[in-house]
Amino acid sequence: MITLTVNGTERRFAGDPEMPLLWYLRDEIGLTGTKFGCGVALCGACTVHVDGAAARACQTPLSDAAGKAVTTIEGLSPDGSHPVQVAWRDLNVAQCGYCQAGQIMQAVSLLKESANPTDEEIDAAMSGNICRCGTYSRIRAAIKQAAKAGGRK
Amino acid sequence: MSDRSMRDPAIANVSRRAVLMGLGAGGLVLAVGLPSAARAATAKKYAGEQMPNGLRDDPKIFVAVGEDGTVTVTCHRSEMGQGVRTSLPMVVADELEADWARVKVAQAPGDEPRFGNQDTDGSRSMRHHFAALRRCGAAARTMLEEEAAARWRVPVGEVEAANHEVVHRSSGRRLGYGTLAKAAADRSVPPRDRIRLKDPAKFRYIGRGQIGLIDNLDITTGRAVYGIDTRLDGMVYAVIARPPVYGGKVASYDAAETLKVGGVLKAVAVDPTPVPSVFQPLGGIAVIARNTWAAIRGREKLKITWDDGPNAVYSSDAYKASLEAAARKPGKVVRNDGDVDAALARAARRVEAEYYVPHLAHATMEPPAATARVANGRCEAWACVQSPQAARNELSKRLGIPVESVTVNVTLLGGGFGRKSKPDFVVEAALLSKAMGGVPVKVTWTREDDLRHGYLHAVAAQRLEAGLDERGRPTAWLHRIVFPSIGSTFSRDVRHAVEFERGLGMVNLPLAVPNLRIENPGAEAHTRIGWFRSVNNIQHAFATQSFAAELATAAGRDPKDFLLDLIGPARKIDPGAMADTWNYREDPALYPLDTGRLRGVIERAAREIGWGRKLPKGRGLGIAAHYSFVTYIGVAMEVAVGEGGQLTIPRVDVAVDCGPQINPERIRAQMEGAVVMGVSLATLGEITFKDGRVEQSNFDTFEVTRIDAAPRDIRIHLQPPLDYDQPLGGVGEPGVPPVAPALTNAIFAATGKRIRRLPIRDQAVG
Repeated sequence: MITLTVNGTERRFAGDPEMPLLWYLRDEIGLTGTKFGCGVALCGACTVHVDGAAARACQTPLSDAAGKAVTTIEGLSPDGSHPVQVAWRDLNVAQCGYCQAGQIMQAVSLLKESANPTDEEIDAAMSGNICRCGTYSRIRAAIKQAAKAGGRK
Repeated sequence: MSDRSMRDPAIANVSRRAVLMGLGAGGLVLAVGLPSAARAATAKKYAGEQMPNGLRDDPKIFVAVGEDGTVTVTCHRSEMGQGVRTSLPMVVADELEADWARVKVAQAPGDEPRFGNQDTDGSRSMRHHFAALRRCGAAARTMLEEEAAARWRVPVGEVEAANHEVVHRSSGRRLGYGTLAKAAADRSVPPRDRIRLKDPAKFRYIGRGQIGLIDNLDITTGRAVYGIDTRLDGMVYAVIARPPVYGGKVASYDAAETLKVGGVLKAVAVDPTPVPSVFQPLGGIAVIARNTWAAIRGREKLKITWDDGPNAVYSSDAYKASLEAAARKPGKVVRNDGDVDAALARAARRVEAEYYVPHLAHATMEPPAATARVANGRCEAWACVQSPQAARNELSKRLGIPVESVTVNVTLLGGGFGRKSKPDFVVEAALLSKAMGGVPVKVTWTREDDLRHGYLHAVAAQRLEAGLDERGRPTAWLHRIVFPSIGSTFSRDVRHAVEFERGLGMVNLPLAVPNLRIENPGAEAHTRIGWFRSVNNIQHAFATQSFAAELATAAGRDPKDFLLDLIGPARKIDPGAMADTWNYREDPALYPLDTGRLRGVIERAAREIGWGRKLPKGRGLGIAAHYSFVTYIGVAMEVAVGEGGQLTIPRVDVAVDCGPQINPERIRAQMEGAVVMGVSLATLGEITFKDGRVEQSNFDTFEVTRIDAAPRDIRIHLQPPLDYDQPLGGVGEPGVPPVAPALTNAIFAATGKRIRRLPIRDQAVG
């Protein structure tokens, strides 16, 4: 039996401890905001926070998440008011939007570590997150805008 | 997200459906279709009129007004990142004089007899539907105005709708849309001659670019529902092991170990479709489980012996050599102006070059995924499809049930790029639901499945030869293009470009060269060839725009000036005069190829980037332009090549002439994205085959551009808009083709190294 906290709610799981957190979130508890893109930590679409740090849910077996606090895009803020989410909307970052939950979770993690990230820090933190629509210039701008708005929340 | 919406993604996606339904009972549900305004049946049809099931402009199909004044506009085209769920309803809302804050958007299921054509492809949505949706919004406004006038017993000419209410000018009386909704709904739709379109000077949203994406909140909070996100009660999950070679099939299989994996329910054989498989499944062995993870693990344990079939011969190295050999010999002539052979023989100088563009995969971030329930003679599917009617048709065909018994709910698409116009994955889900006795089944393609079993962009080899006179002016142009046709996906024996492929920058090349011949030697396909964002324009623009720059070098001239001279003076060219009988299915009288506009985007891009400015060593400027989807794009690019060959792109300027601009904000977004996709395919994109099998498997071997390598500064310049009565150009695709040649031309300017084979990878190293 694995116990973990997801978006503040304690959860128990008696299934395969090797199941990646991604499929547990999506298939077992219906939190489909965390996306599948590659399954091997190459695209960042499944980025969540585990004990506050960005992690690729597709490469996090549930056994590794045991006893930890997981935050997904659904739990980032109650109403979409996190400064990073607000900046994403202000700048109309999204095109198809599929990768953006992972981008936002990664950006939030970056801003926790660096309140006013340089372009090089943005490149380093965000280059694990692929956007096939090519919204990178707006992602960069939105991170900077969120930083100004006090994104270190 | 509520439990109900979790179970029913069609409702979740339309997320405010409950509001619509609740108010609809007492409000204006403009629901019963009337025949669209009479369409001339005599003249040849073009644009949206010639598409299957045509266009609708009937507000009773697209608009509902609730008694609280909420306006719900139904979007009948698929959202895949182009912004269509925002931009099309915005057109209706503007003509309707609706307050955007009180507008909701519902997503139509696949039903072309009702909604008109829904095939979201070809950069067509706004181009085809703008005028019809303006009429639709204006007709709904007129109905509200007529209802208000009737209540006040004044002539309708004395009232005017403005910002969600109707006003009687002289008395100042006002009635809100919600108050008028119910009775207005019972009025007949006014004929076209009674509809007054708004003066464009009074547009509130069209052309203004002030409104945000309708799905912004859902996307940024994880509530947006894509095809892969469907959840239904009792649903099970499947992945499929498909034949690694196109046309192959299962010789034998053993699922004993698979069935021992916890959570695995069943292994099911899916019958292969004979080549050409068109939009039907490739077949294979499906593993069905209680969750996706168990299905994936179960699939790993399958023991399958494949019968590969004849396409096992397909290997990219040998195929490249065969395409190049074909390009060195005469082939089918697809355009012939003047006498190229004589002009080449007379030329003071001859220049030749060969170019190669590999297979490309769409690699949408959301891989293909669909859920279906087949029970009681009916099929209901939830899927990320660009063409829901095509999905319905294919489901009907494969299941042997009438198309009316098939419902296809359209989710958001996590990228499309042409891949999701092929609904093979939806049919897979339906076949598995049927095999499971009607239990709903979700099929998820892993990234490996997506890259190995796609509908790939055609690999192409091209050879160009030109003759220059003593003063360096081109007098002859011979272009041979060899690639497997998309036609081969539909008909086995197709070996040459089909009509629309010839119109994708192959024959419709506006050059001021008197002797010009374009040839298309044949090629056989060994994999599924499909359309990829901007399609064959990619290779045609790469070759012709690279070669133009090579000729400029040979002539000792500035590449931008040479390119302008090569195109020649401003003139309007009849597509038919270039042997283009397709013309993106637009009326050649309305859409001639206007070289003045093409020159305009070249000059604009050059001016914006500061063409001719002095640059430090290792830096260079490149330029390229291309006409596609009846839009003109010029791209100027600055590159920096480091000592070790490391390539960076500090700046890109894109000049866009797409005619009237409906949602300039999304036009800019599409162009920004097109630059990144163009850079990605130019620098990294390549799918190769060995023994009939794709060699790439995931984003480590099929790389795409990431934020650190993306151009840092992309500037989009929209040419001054023509008036709104002028024909619209496409937006989704035409930004892509000129990017690769602008990049390689810039690398040449920076290093003197000419790159003729894509992807560039480390070829920029001197």
